[in-house]
Order: sequence, then C-alpha cells, then structure tokens
Amino acid sequence: MTTTPEATLVRDAASPAREARWFDVCAYDDLIPERGACAMVEGTQVALFRAFDGALYALANLDPFSGAHVLSRGILGTRGGAPTVASPMYKQVFDLRTGTCLDDPRVAVPTHLIRRTAGDRVEVALSDGHGQ
Amino acid sequence: MGAGNKPDKSLVVIGHGPAAHRLVEALRARDTAGAWTVTVIGEETRTAYDRVALTTYLEGADLAYPPHGPEVTVHNGERAAAIDRAARTVTTSSGRVVRYDALVLATGSAPFVPPVEGRDLPGVFVYRTIDDLDAIRDYADGRETGAVVGGGLLGLEAARALQGLGLRSGVVEVAPWLMPRQLDEGGGAMLRRHIEDLGMAVHAGTPMSRLEAGEDGAVARVVMADGTDIGAEVVVFSAGIRPRDELARDCGLPVGERGGIVVDEACRTADPAIWAIGECALIGGAVYGLVGPCFSMAEVVADRLLAEAAGGSSTAVFEGADLSTKLKLMGVDVASFGDPFAGPEQGALGVTYTDPVAGIYKRLLVSDDAKTLLGGVLVGDAESYGTLRAYVGGSLPGPPEQMLFGGTEAAGGDLPGATVICSCNNVSAESIRCSIADHSLTDVPAVKDCTRAGTSCGSCVPLVKKLLDAELTAAGIEVSKAICEHFAYSRAELFDIVRVRGITSFTQLVEQHGTGRGCDICKPVVASILASLGNGHILEGEQAALQDTNDHFLANLQKNGTYSVVPRIPGGEITPDRLIVIGEVARDFGLYTKITGGQRIDLFGARVEQLPEIWKRLVDAGFESGHAYGKSLRTVKSCVGSTWCRFGVQDSVGMAIRLELRYRGLRAPHKLKSAVSGCARECAEAQSKDFGIIATEKGWNLYLAGNGGMRPRHADLFATDLTDDELIRYIDRFLMFYIRTADRLQRTASWLESLEGGLDYLREVIVDDSLGICAELDAAMERHVAAYSDEWGDTLADPDRLSRFVSFVNAPQEPDPSIGFAIEREQIKPLPLEVIK
Repeated sequence: MTTTPEATLVRDAASPAREARWFDVCAYDDLIPERGACAMVEGTQVALFRAFDGALYALANLDPFSGAHVLSRGILGTRGGAPTVASPMYKQVFDLRTGTCLDDPRVAVPTHLIRRTAGDRVEVALSDGHGQ
Repeated sequence: MGAGNKPDKSLVVIGHGPAAHRLVEALRARDTAGAWTVTVIGEETRTAYDRVALTTYLEGADLAYPPHGPEVTVHNGERAAAIDRAARTVTTSSGRVVRYDALVLATGSAPFVPPVEGRDLPGVFVYRTIDDLDAIRDYADGRETGAVVGGGLLGLEAARALQGLGLRSGVVEVAPWLMPRQLDEGGGAMLRRHIEDLGMAVHAGTPMSRLEAGEDGAVARVVMADGTDIGAEVVVFSAGIRPRDELARDCGLPVGERGGIVVDEACRTADPAIWAIGECALIGGAVYGLVGPCFSMAEVVADRLLAEAAGGSSTAVFEGADLSTKLKLMGVDVASFGDPFAGPEQGALGVTYTDPVAGIYKRLLVSDDAKTLLGGVLVGDAESYGTLRAYVGGSLPGPPEQMLFGGTEAAGGDLPGATVICSCNNVSAESIRCSIADHSLTDVPAVKDCTRAGTSCGSCVPLVKKLLDAELTAAGIEVSKAICEHFAYSRAELFDIVRVRGITSFTQLVEQHGTGRGCDICKPVVASILASLGNGHILEGEQAALQDTNDHFLANLQKNGTYSVVPRIPGGEITPDRLIVIGEVARDFGLYTKITGGQRIDLFGARVEQLPEIWKRLVDAGFESGHAYGKSLRTVKSCVGSTWCRFGVQDSVGMAIRLELRYRGLRAPHKLKSAVSGCARECAEAQSKDFGIIATEKGWNLYLAGNGGMRPRHADLFATDLTDDELIRYIDRFLMFYIRTADRLQRTASWLESLEGGLDYLREVIVDDSLGICAELDAAMERHVAAYSDEWGDTLADPDRLSRFVSFVNAPQEPDPSIGFAIEREQIKPLPLEVIK
C-alpha cells in the first residue's frame, strides 16, 4: 500500500476492521531513492521500496517465479503510469501498488502496509495471513 | 531404423567439398524421420571447407565448415576406388566396401594443367586445396619471384596469395584481357591498371610456350610464345578446371565429350540410383565452377531423395544458374552480372562510364528500348552490384545512365518476386518476403538464419536489409529502434545524446529525452553508457539506482539469491600464495569453488552481508574485482606462450595481462571476452572471442567478433603481423566503436554482422579512419585507462556504500534464514526452491 511523503495512511480495503500493528524498520534516509531494501518483520521478509517521487511501497520479498527472496533487489521503474519493480532473477515486472505481476496477471505477490513517520522513520504493518 | 521399422536407406556421398557438405546439411535438416543413413567418402584428409575463401587460408583464416552431426559417417583421407552398380557398392582405397541405395557423386574438379614443357618441374603448383596452399607456402619460403598462368578469377586470387607470401609476382593470360569470362575488354583493361598499380606484372594476349628450369633443376622462368620470358621460381597453374568424372567413366556412366558426368535436370545420371552434383556434373550441357549453382544442385538432390524416402515424388529441378559475380580482388571491386557480353545481335545497347582517375569502369547493357537490363560489368566501384543484379531481366526504374551514377537505390518493395536476391544460395525476393511474414522476422540476422540469404559471399546483405525494411513498413510495423517505452531511441542514439550533450545522470536524460521513470531495460543501458563515458564509480549517487543487482552488489546473483565472487586473475597467471588465499577464503566462508572457462576461480554461495568480508580478505591479498558481474571485459585468456612452450613464438601471457589490465572495468553493451595464443596452434581458443590475438613470427594477428555460446561464430581475421602498439591501437578503436554503436546486449559478433559493409567497413573505420573519429576513440580509451580504479577496493573504503551490503535493513548482522545448502561431492549446493509454474 501507498503513503505519500506526508505519511497519510491509506488503509488496506481487505482488512478494514483490525488495527494495524506497526513495526519500525529503518530510517527513511536508509532507503536509497529508486531502490529497495529488505526488512525482517516477525519472521516475514518484507521488500521496502522508495520510489523516485519519495513514495513508499512494501511487497513480499519472495519472488514466486524463482522461489528466492530477492524482490527487494530489483530495478524500480514505471510501466504505463504504474510504479514497478522487476525481479532481479528472471525479470518479471510487478506493480508496486498492488503486487500484481504485469507480465503474468494470474500472479500477484502480497502487499504490506508501509508509512513514513513524522520522525522520518519507516514503519511496516503486515497484511493478513503474513506473520501476526 | 526408419519410420515403420523398415530398414534405413543408405545414402553414400563421394567427395566432401562445398556441394557435398550442402547436400548432407540440407538432407539432415529436413530428414527428421531419419530415413537416410549417410556416409561420406572424401579423399582430402580434412572435412569440407569453404573453397571460395581459399586465399584467406594463408592469412590465417579457418575455412572449415561446421561439422555434420554425429549421425553422419565421414571417411576422410579415403578415396572411392570403384563403383559396382549391379551390387550397389562403393569400394574405397582402403578396401572398405559400402552399400548404397542412393549414390551421389560430388567429386568436384581438378585444375587443368596444359601439356607444356616443364610442367612437372619442382616449383610448379596448382591452386585448389588447402594442401596445395600449404605446399606453395612451404616452397615459397626464401624465394623471390612467382607467376600465375591464367588470369581468371582464381588466377588473380592465386597471384594475390603469392604476393602475400612475399613474392614479386606476375600473371600470364592468353586472352587479350584479364578475367575474360566475366569482364568485357574495357573492364579487363581497368582491372589491369589496378593490378599493375599493386606492383604486379600482367602479360595478357600472349600464350606461354614452356617452363624452364634453373641450375638447381627447379623452375626458374616462364617463356612466352614470342620468346620473351618472366622470372618465376614459383609457378601456379590456374588455367581452368576439368571435372573429376573418372569413377563414373569406369563404371560405364555417360560422360561429356570434354568431361563431366551427364545428368538430367534433376541431377540424376543414366543410373537412377546415382546422382552427380557440383563441378563434376555436366548439366544442360554445361559444367559450373561457381559455388552458387553447386549449392542449387545439392538442394535439388536433397529434395528428390527426401521425397523418394517418403514414398512420394519431387519436382525439384536445377533451373540454370545466375553466373553473376562480385569480388574484391586485392582491394579492387570487380563485378559482372547478367550477360556481360550481350551485343547488337541481341539488340543490346551499351552505356559506359569510365573514370580513369579513380580507376572506375562501369558498363550496363540494356535492351534497345533502354527499359530492360541485360547485364553489365563494374570495376573499381561495385557498390550498386546488388541492386543492379536484382534488376537483370526486369525493367529498370530509371534511365540507365542514372543507374550508373548511383541513383540506384532499390526501394526493396519494387523488386519482382522471382528476382534472385542471393545467388550463392538461390534465394528469391519472394521467398525472403514470405519468410519475413511467416516467421515475423524483424532483423537481418534472423532473415539470414531463416533463408540462408547473405550467408555465403554477403554481397546481397544491403539488399536483404532493404527488402526487410520495405516489408516491415508495408506491414505497418514501424521499424522501431526504441529500446523500451521510456526512450524512442536505440542504444547507439542514446549514447550519442549522452556524449554530445554531456549528460551525467539518468534523471537529466529521462526528463529531457524520455518519458516515465525508466525500467530494468533502459536503466542498466544508461548506467553502462554513463560508465563507458567515465562518470566515476558505478554506485556513485544516482547511478546506484540504475544498476542491475549484479552491478549493485558487485557480484553475480545465483538461483537461490546468493552471490558468486570472481577475483581478477589477469591472463590466468597466479602465484601460489594468492592461490592459497583464494582457497582459504573459500574454506573460511564455506563457498563452493569452481574453475571457470576463462582461467579464473568462481566462489559461490556468498550471502550479501558476507561480500564485504570476503572482499576485504581478497583485496588485502592484492586481488581486485574481476567484473564477472558486469557487462564489461571478463577475462583475457592465454596459453603459456614462448616463455615456457617449445612452440610459442611470442609472450602470450605477457600480452594477455597487458590487455586485461588495459581494458578491465570497461563497460560495454555486453560482456567482452578475449584470448591470446602464443602460436598458430591456438591453445587459448582466441578465435571464439570478441577480440582474439594469435602470435606470428613477426608479431600478432588480430581476430575480431568471434563468439562461443548459443550461436558460435569464428572471429574474422582483421589484421596480420601487428606490432604491440598497432595491436593495442586497433583493439582500442574496435572496442570504443563497438561501445558507441552497438545495440543493447548485442555481442560483437552480431554487431559486426549487422554493420553494413561488414569487416571491410570496420577496417576502413579503424585503420583508414574513414569516419574521422579515430582520434576521439583513442582519447576515450585513454580516459578509461587513466580513470580506472578497483570497484571493490573503492567500495570497501566507503562506509556509506558498505552499509548497503545487508540481508535485512533492520537486522544488519542477521543472515537470510531462507537460504540453505545441501552437500554434494564435498561442497555446498543450493537447496531446491518452490516456484510457481
């Protein structure tokens, strides 16, 4: 899910009821612009991305096409208007907002909630079925 | 066993020249059921090779055709001695008896040596096989003069070969002018001027009378009928060919009065089980000595045999041949096409253009209404050959004089379908168009692969490209060079934009010349361009975001998310101490260790956070990045060379190290490989590299644009006997020109194939500076060499960059728990991972 740099939380429509449990993972400046990093959150690998415009995205780090935990190491970009990451393994492209694979729409990777706090920290909340 | 469990039919081919090779390849490609078992009997000790390019053998070229598959039995060095037509067997010189259901005679021809006095003297040769050339080369050593009897196409090639061996040489031709079978008198005269300018004597219009021996009993001079003589310690006869039809004669098959096995239009002899193809066949009353018609005959017989085995019938026939020729003789373009001798009796009119200053002669023969092209001759400038030849027999698009002056741009789309575009392989415009449409072909290499057009002499490649462009445009497919949705430019165009406008960042480039924010296609391309132009460390600032994961972690991603590490070992030379360091590092970090094909050592299974620790140890021991992760120079492999080897003639290891240190870290459109061999035995396999170097007694031979991998390609011999400095200058320019102009992920091999003008053009650019860019290319390489710095050494010195080497940003010390290994042959291997299908 997306937040703007002003850290407005957009709630995942699929899990409206439960209060998200946020985990601090790093400083905003630890993330290189237009690159990803991986955080270990409650035993789940979460790929964090800082897009060119400063927006943050979080996907599962597991690349379903290779079975390796590598999505955080892909190249960021755009396709059409969509912000994307390309798996570094076999180069399938995923929509950062939805986790949908744009090269194979039957496949999607889980997305997680992510936000930038007033103290310029980055926090992640796992979506349902992942970790807590 | 063939289909239906019937026994396979046995095909025996006698002879293993180009025609035989083509027949077997054509049959094998289409005989998927394995209906024919094929046996080839060839008297030469080597397998089939490209006889058309014979002269380049002395310059070091490898002429061998690709070997047949293992299912084809080839007996080389064995002569077929007799054919028993009743028993359907062939007996060979070694007593082997081979049964056949079908027999193809592809015995070729023998050079004709006129019955003149002195023809058996030592020092007298013919010019047909690699063995002939070896003998000439050995004999010529230490001698000074040579002469070729016969001023035809092959004779002039032979004269060039003699000159290349350091002999002062001359050509003797009985006809009044050179190449009388292809050129008219004016063309022959212009060619003569070119040849004489190259320091060769031409004696035309006078028959020779005999050869005379010198005091040592070996040939010393050619005496002409008018009593004059020419000093020649080496004499080569190239006075025509005679078909090798003796086997056919001996078994009672009809042969022509002047030789040649009589065959019908399907290439079948009087015995329905026996066929003849190539130069030994007399077809339609003619014997053909050019490779194009020989290939056509091979294809006809392959078609017939396949139909026969399938129980059907084929109507394939040999439809005559286009005897058009274009060649570069000693740097002079010579071409003839259609009927170059059409005269007033055929209602032909000639239009001639002569430029004695530039040495150009062009003559077109047209019908009396000046609308139809009948034939022509070009000497000194044959650029319009492909287009003109395609118009033979058809109507001209403009007045003939305009065609002479280069107003001959064929639109490609205008050419009639039946027009033969590639005469070597008999490919028509129609069949090229169909292939493009049926297989959705979009580039010239694909068209060449699919149709074989342009794969022999290459003269039709520009025309093939025009046809392709016309077809794509007609199909509404824009011939787009755009590398991806973010840039409407090719890689070469982007390179120029970045270079000329002095752009230093992706943001600048995409905002001014592109759309969106890039992708995994264009970002690494731009990263490579910025790196080639010298913009500092590849992880500096914004560049870090452009790199593929390999470049980003300066290591090679493997299937389980771990990385491999390759330290540079220049030239494959390593001290025991350093070897021990690599061993200790691998042991201490539990890495899988393997020797690479490039004489280096690859260490597998490193996690991201281990990479800096591993490299700290390696850098401390004096190692630096091997750039195995980059689209850049990998390795310069070498044999041990003259320092140790009994046969080496140059220090190949020293040169390999010098080259590897010069080009290390150079970013390119694709990876670059190189090798240096210390002698002609070629132990370093330099001819399969992007740039390969083979030592000679006098210096170095440089080979360019070779490739291993999926589509292997032998490198082309670019220049010979270079000094160290010349060698490096040419490689500098080659690499920089490639980096500037190649497409994304285009290896040098396909880059060269896509260059219009090919190797000759590349020589003009690199050696003659035809584009006037050599100074720029040289300066660019000097900048690269001066700016080189070890990427791993620099990274270790920069805490900011080091901080990225973690598996988890929130737990920098923690290893990735998903990575696990099993043990195989005492080393680790990745555990299988679960993937979606």
